[in-house]
Amino acid sequence: MTTATNTLTRRPRVNLTVIAPLVALLVLIGIGMALNPNFLSWANITNVLARSAFIGIIAIGMTFVITAGGLDLSVGSMAAFVAGLMILSMNMLTESMGPGLPVIFAGIAIALATGLAAGFINGILITRAGIEAFILTLGTMGIYRSLVTWLADGGTLSLGFEMREMYRPVYYSGVAGIAWPIIVFAVLAILGEITMRHTAFGRHCAAIGSNEKVARYSSVAVLRVRLATYVLLGVLVGIAVVMYVPRLGSASATTGLLWELEAIAAVIIGGTLLKGGFGRVWGTVVGVLILSLIGNLLNLTDFVSPYLNGAIQGVVIILAVVLQRNTGAAR
Amino acid sequence: MKTTLIATTALLSLTAFPALSQTVGISIPAATHGWAGALNFHADRTVTRLQEANPDMTFVLTTTSDPGQQVSDLEDMVATRNIDALVVLPFESEPLTGPIQRIAESGVWVTVVDRGLSQEGIENLYVAGDNDSFGRTAGQYFADTLEDGAKVVVMRGIASTVDNERVAGFEAALEGSGIEVLAMDHGNWNRDTAFNLMQDWLARFPEIDAVWAADDDMAVGALAAIDQAGRTEDMFVVGGAGMKEMVQRIQNNDPTVPVNVTYPPAMISTAIEMTVLGLTSGAPLSGEFIIASELITPENAADYYFEDSPY
Repeated sequence: MTTATNTLTRRPRVNLTVIAPLVALLVLIGIGMALNPNFLSWANITNVLARSAFIGIIAIGMTFVITAGGLDLSVGSMAAFVAGLMILSMNMLTESMGPGLPVIFAGIAIALATGLAAGFINGILITRAGIEAFILTLGTMGIYRSLVTWLADGGTLSLGFEMREMYRPVYYSGVAGIAWPIIVFAVLAILGEITMRHTAFGRHCAAIGSNEKVARYSSVAVLRVRLATYVLLGVLVGIAVVMYVPRLGSASATTGLLWELEAIAAVIIGGTLLKGGFGRVWGTVVGVLILSLIGNLLNLTDFVSPYLNGAIQGVVIILAVVLQRNTGAAR
Repeated sequence: MKTTLIATTALLSLTAFPALSQTVGISIPAATHGWAGALNFHADRTVTRLQEANPDMTFVLTTTSDPGQQVSDLEDMVATRNIDALVVLPFESEPLTGPIQRIAESGVWVTVVDRGLSQEGIENLYVAGDNDSFGRTAGQYFADTLEDGAKVVVMRGIASTVDNERVAGFEAALEGSGIEVLAMDHGNWNRDTAFNLMQDWLARFPEIDAVWAADDDMAVGALAAIDQAGRTEDMFVVGGAGMKEMVQRIQNNDPTVPVNVTYPPAMISTAIEMTVLGLTSGAPLSGEFIIASELITPENAADYYFEDSPY
């Protein structure tokens, strides 16, 4: 039966599931080149890659969480909260220590520690208290969002002027013309891919996501691995914030709005299964690039009414996933 | 029978002698962006002040993040807090019109702030900024300072009536000036969105002479992107609503930020104060109170700088 279908449609030997996101990305790049000569300019490429870095770094962590059968809706709010706390404490430290590098390092340490703690709280409540990940992180999403609004007194938290100038290069400058966020994103993506493919942790994530019971019988420390995925995601949120704060030097209640959904969408576009059991980090990177390229392309043209930006994004997300699912069913 | 009678007399006396303890409900959007943050700040401050001045009065302040929740909040206020007056900044006009109309019909004094209801004659008092003049004032400045053939880009807010009125005013002021609007898109009153949008416009257009960011949060994002591209000298940015950082730059004669247009979030204070004044004094206060948008220039900037405001 299967062979019959195969000969009838003469399916190409390349597995579309694997290359679908890449094809979508290349198509978008092609459209961009045709629409605007500035699309491939160094400045535009740098802009798009650098702005992808925040969600990209978070999405790498999200890949592990989803692969292990979990979900985290709180990351956007968490990023806003971590950013708010980081700015507040850096402002306070500037007062007591005076502006300087130590304040920046302290700020970075606070961001990473807060991210880790927030991820740990999510993870421990999901694994030990046995609360459904969707509901628990929906709850923490609201909590972090309110906390940052409260910290900012409803307004905007801004980094002091001297510190902003000193910290700015972390977003705007880099090595050999490549901005720091891009470098960090690339390094983390490579590390993530290696971890997913070639370490016991990565394989355990996939095993848990695909069948928790079997994984447990195979002596995988299910709870601990699952907890680790949330902690890892929390730390990555911290890293993303370290890259985000120097850009505008501020955080408010609107910081990181809908980042969780963009990160999840990027992960799924990249070919990771939403129900868990299979994940790939490079796909996630492609997914993130697809999402930010759509926004970039829409801004570079008058092709579509700005009212319809969201619709275009939705169509591309669905198309990218449909391409994979079609072949997936025949697999 | 007897109890009902007493209750009715009590109710009657309440309306007849306004000095007795009364409840004022205030429902405003949550602090989801800088301007709304300042709105919350001013509402909070005014309630504290009025509470001290009128210890008998009760104030119920709720903040909401979507129209649905606001409807529930209003229902709760009427059902459980028995409010005598309502000050409301509708999250959206359409969905809130019905619920507010029912409250007004039940005899509660209704003050609507800033966002008008989709049906006229419901509210007793309407306090609002002037969106048309907000756009027109900025547009007029563009028409006055820019030359024929100058190229500008426009950042709009969240798609809404407020935004449409502002843009219409802006476009009307530009008419006949020969200024070319290169592009118009929604920055959603958000710094990050505005930053990305401006980056892309800078990549797309080799020449931009001015940016109308229509809100200071967006202006902050746009300015950062322009700075990054090293094109600060080429253009100026006009925001709006009078964020204190912007006012300060105007005061310092920053050529990139020459002017700003006000849209005072403190209008919520105007609305609450007027409502309470009406309740306590019985002075006639129904009608409309429109607060004009003014141009902040280096000369008058000092009058618009508020040190302790969060915005």
